[in-house]
Amino acid sequence: MSNRENLLVILLTSLVALVLNILPLPGWLPAIRPAFLVLTVVYWSTMAPFVAGMALGFVGGLALDVFQGSLLGEHALALSLVTYLALRLNLQMRAKPIFEQSLYVFLALIVYELLLWVLDGWTGRSMSSPLRWIHTVIGALIWPVVVGVLGRFHSAR
Amino acid sequence: MAGFGTSVGRPIYGRGPSAGLRFTVYALIALTLMYADQRARWSERMRYGLQAAAYPVQVAVNSPAAAWHWLTDSFSTRGMLRAQNQQLHSQVQTLQLALLQLKALEQENAQLRELHTTMATLVRKWLVAEVIGVDSGTLRQRLIINKGAHDGVHLNQAVVDGAGVLGQVAHVGPWSSEVILITDPEHALPVQLMRSGLRTIAVGSGNEDELLLPYLAANSDVKSGDVLMSSGLGGIFPAGFPVGHITGVSRGTDQLLAQVRAEPQARINRAREVMLIEFDPANSAAPPAAQTLAEAGATPPAVSDKPSAASSAAARQGKP
Repeated sequence: MSNRENLLVILLTSLVALVLNILPLPGWLPAIRPAFLVLTVVYWSTMAPFVAGMALGFVGGLALDVFQGSLLGEHALALSLVTYLALRLNLQMRAKPIFEQSLYVFLALIVYELLLWVLDGWTGRSMSSPLRWIHTVIGALIWPVVVGVLGRFHSAR
Repeated sequence: MAGFGTSVGRPIYGRGPSAGLRFTVYALIALTLMYADQRARWSERMRYGLQAAAYPVQVAVNSPAAAWHWLTDSFSTRGMLRAQNQQLHSQVQTLQLALLQLKALEQENAQLRELHTTMATLVRKWLVAEVIGVDSGTLRQRLIINKGAHDGVHLNQAVVDGAGVLGQVAHVGPWSSEVILITDPEHALPVQLMRSGLRTIAVGSGNEDELLLPYLAANSDVKSGDVLMSSGLGGIFPAGFPVGHITGVSRGTDQLLAQVRAEPQARINRAREVMLIEFDPANSAAPPAAQTLAEAGATPPAVSDKPSAASSAAARQGKP
């Protein structure tokens, strides 16, 4: 698979993840919704670091800011940081079994949410509810599924 | 900032600047954006552009729900339509009756207040918009609607539905806008208790069927079932719009403030269509400013009576 095709796949899957992230859901479902876009960006940053780079993280985060109406640049910074971590650690992470990868992902999600939490607090937007941390656990739990689904899109590895 | 830039060591696959340097650059851009959004006003223009870019995706995300509604609408049976028609019919009659009463009351009110200047209609203009996105979490209660600056929507415009106050416009895009609901924890609404006339602030709870009234003293005259309406203070919402009713009051013996909860009247989580209203802040139901009274008093009542009656008739006909 050429890099160009890969890029297309990466952009399309990221768009789908973004839609899943912002899809209106009823009742308590939004509370347990994992951060699909973060998971997707982490996946592509570790599996195709030379195609998906920092730009994907930054633009993806900016899109989240626009769609969720949060402080502009907030998610962009958090997702850039996570992307950076994924790019730096991709070789170690790829060598690990899937459950250890989940642990890495969990830590990345904690870093992501922690940064958002701090920024929310600084800018006086916090009405912090402990529910916001749920998605980090859920994200780590569904990481094997994310790998399974996204892995189908790039068999040539 | 140690560890960034070239000191990161091996550049990723030798293409372009290292990941650390790129991250630094992106982080700086993000920080600038945040500063701009928090402090400076020019970011509103940028948001406007970004909202335009986001519109197609929002429509796409909403399309399954829209398609479902279209399907159920087009396959609804004749009997259902008939029943609905009948219901609407009776509703129109009830409303017409209410309108007649309202007009009489309006006149009586004007007489009682001895106002020779007429009150123009409370709501000058309204615009119906469709909800294309819902964001309801414990931290954020927002709606995305399909009307924007091109349709005349402006920032802080009041949004209501048939039952009561819903929220206000928080961000305007060219074809879409974001509405912050009254139940959003960041939203505060000046309200008045209908029974006691007490004015206070209703704050969103983050829960879509609850408002909080945290600033009422423990000995204030409030009880379960009291009706809340907008007080018109602040100038964003017209006065006298229904907001909700009190559902619970708890007073601790050691607390200065009562804990009061209310339930919003508007169908916060079920609204598919909302109304954006534009009103005349000078002619809200609040008593007129002292200047107006002085002017009215300066002219002999007998003379000023006729033109005011004529202009009142004109105002009524000019109603949308």
